[in-house]
Amino acid sequence: MATTTERIARREPIDATAPPQKPRKRRKEWLLPAYTGLVIAYLFVPIAIMILFGFNNPAGRYNFQWEGFTLKWYNPTTLLEYEDLNDALINSLTVAIVSTLIATALGTLIALALTRHRFRGRSSLNLGLFLPMASPEVVLGVSLLALFVSINVPLGLVTIIIAHIMFSISFVVVTVKARTSGFDHNLEDAAGDLGADPWTAFWTVTFPLIFPGILAAGLLVFALSIDDYVITSFNAGGATTIPLWVYGASRIGVPPQVNVMGTLLFSLGLLYVIVSLWRGRKAEALAPPVGKG
Amino acid sequence: MAAKSERGRLTPYLLTLPGVLWLTAFFVVPMVTMFSVSFQEGNIYEGYRFTGHWQTYTDTLGSYSEQFLRSLWYGLIVTAAVLLITFPMSYWIALKGGKRKNLFLLMILLPFFTPFIIRTLSWKLILGDEGIFLGTLKNIGILPDSYQVLATPTAVIAGLIYNFLPFMALPLYVALEKLDPALLEAAQDLYSNKRETFMNVTLPLALPGVFAGSLLTFIPVAGDFINAELLGGVNTTMIGNVIQREILVNLDYPEGAAISFLLMAGILLGVFLYARALGTEELMG
Repeated sequence: MATTTERIARREPIDATAPPQKPRKRRKEWLLPAYTGLVIAYLFVPIAIMILFGFNNPAGRYNFQWEGFTLKWYNPTTLLEYEDLNDALINSLTVAIVSTLIATALGTLIALALTRHRFRGRSSLNLGLFLPMASPEVVLGVSLLALFVSINVPLGLVTIIIAHIMFSISFVVVTVKARTSGFDHNLEDAAGDLGADPWTAFWTVTFPLIFPGILAAGLLVFALSIDDYVITSFNAGGATTIPLWVYGASRIGVPPQVNVMGTLLFSLGLLYVIVSLWRGRKAEALAPPVGKG
Repeated sequence: MAAKSERGRLTPYLLTLPGVLWLTAFFVVPMVTMFSVSFQEGNIYEGYRFTGHWQTYTDTLGSYSEQFLRSLWYGLIVTAAVLLITFPMSYWIALKGGKRKNLFLLMILLPFFTPFIIRTLSWKLILGDEGIFLGTLKNIGILPDSYQVLATPTAVIAGLIYNFLPFMALPLYVALEKLDPALLEAAQDLYSNKRETFMNVTLPLALPGVFAGSLLTFIPVAGDFINAELLGGVNTTMIGNVIQREILVNLDYPEGAAISFLLMAGILLGVFLYARALGTEELMG
């Protein structure tokens, strides 16, 4: 870069009104981090309100105005006061666990095929997997409902699970693929050279290496499933999940119990973040310090 | 030996079979069913039957063009706003985040561990006419008593921006993270100023992220009805609200199916044109 001294040396005209370089650089250095901090703070605003109103002490179910501090909603008996809310919680967890297991298995198999094999139809499969992600949820919900109504399938937990697996598979493929594409195939060959059959090589070499990707995909499916309102609302019939219950309750006022459950879910997320950061730090400490760009 | 290679050739098909069957049965077949339902006629009491009645499409476009256009408009505003909001942040985290990159990323994702509905209801509480935010400003006299945000387009757009922000931030981050800082230095060594470096080096390399982020934001926003339902009013009805009402309230399946099909077709066409405009080869790799 041409500095002022260089310009003087080259007898170039110097723009006296131009601000000196150093302080300008300094000013920019705190601008972007401060901005990032502001955006992140903004993302936490509704979460803070949700947590705060979990400690509110409203007279009825109308949890809209600050009435005073209480811890009573954290008491298990008051927290589990609404039986239909508890049923919704159990339904949500059942749906999330079953969909996570099935969608992660199906998606991982596809991801393995896509990264380890060249085969006819590979690129059309890639495009086909993109389509469910490129469809608005409302369309996915309506089309599944059209199918279920046409062939007289009763709506309920099973149809919710079918829907959740359907919209999760592509996300699993993308997440696991990101992990398997950097995978060194020589490791498997090495296992083969050392006398392992393909099955043993897969379970002792490949699987442990791609497991973090599978775990990340599973967590993503769980989060997508527990969060889903739109597709579920079209395929639930009489069954309720947490989002459906909260949506229904929002017309008459959402009780503080919902804030507490939201806070507990958020705390689980926080725990996950802390654990993964801690593990990341440990991995960094174990990794050789060379070659880090 | 021959048997082994035969098996090896079948392996990818066996691996993909269960997932592909699932997606065929519960994504492809439903789409076809929905398309055929849109040509049915009848009512919920006597049942619907296929009559090839295509007029539902023209009627729909006539009666709901306003909601279609509004969804498109909100989708564009929100996508542009989210791109502007997240670009500087993703850029800074990707290039200057250093060891704390993962911490910042997780901080962006953390709020989204709370369910979508609860987050949106929380905004309803914040933006409420007499809520903690507007109520306070009204009490100290900064805002007139009649001022309101809820039930206006501003509230819906603000809710959509909040809810879909990470869908832009993460793909942008992924694209910018691959950017080699040496390229930026090279541009400066070749006497580009900051603006030129940004326009000629950073932006083109970030383009795949912009593309992915725009799709991941625009598509769900255009189909969303939760934000309009919880934060909006009569003037903010989006096409998703119309579909939801036709299907779940009026039980008019042909109408709902026709609108859904139009929405889907419009989005696929839009994605195709957008990809063409930005250059598909570079984007898809």
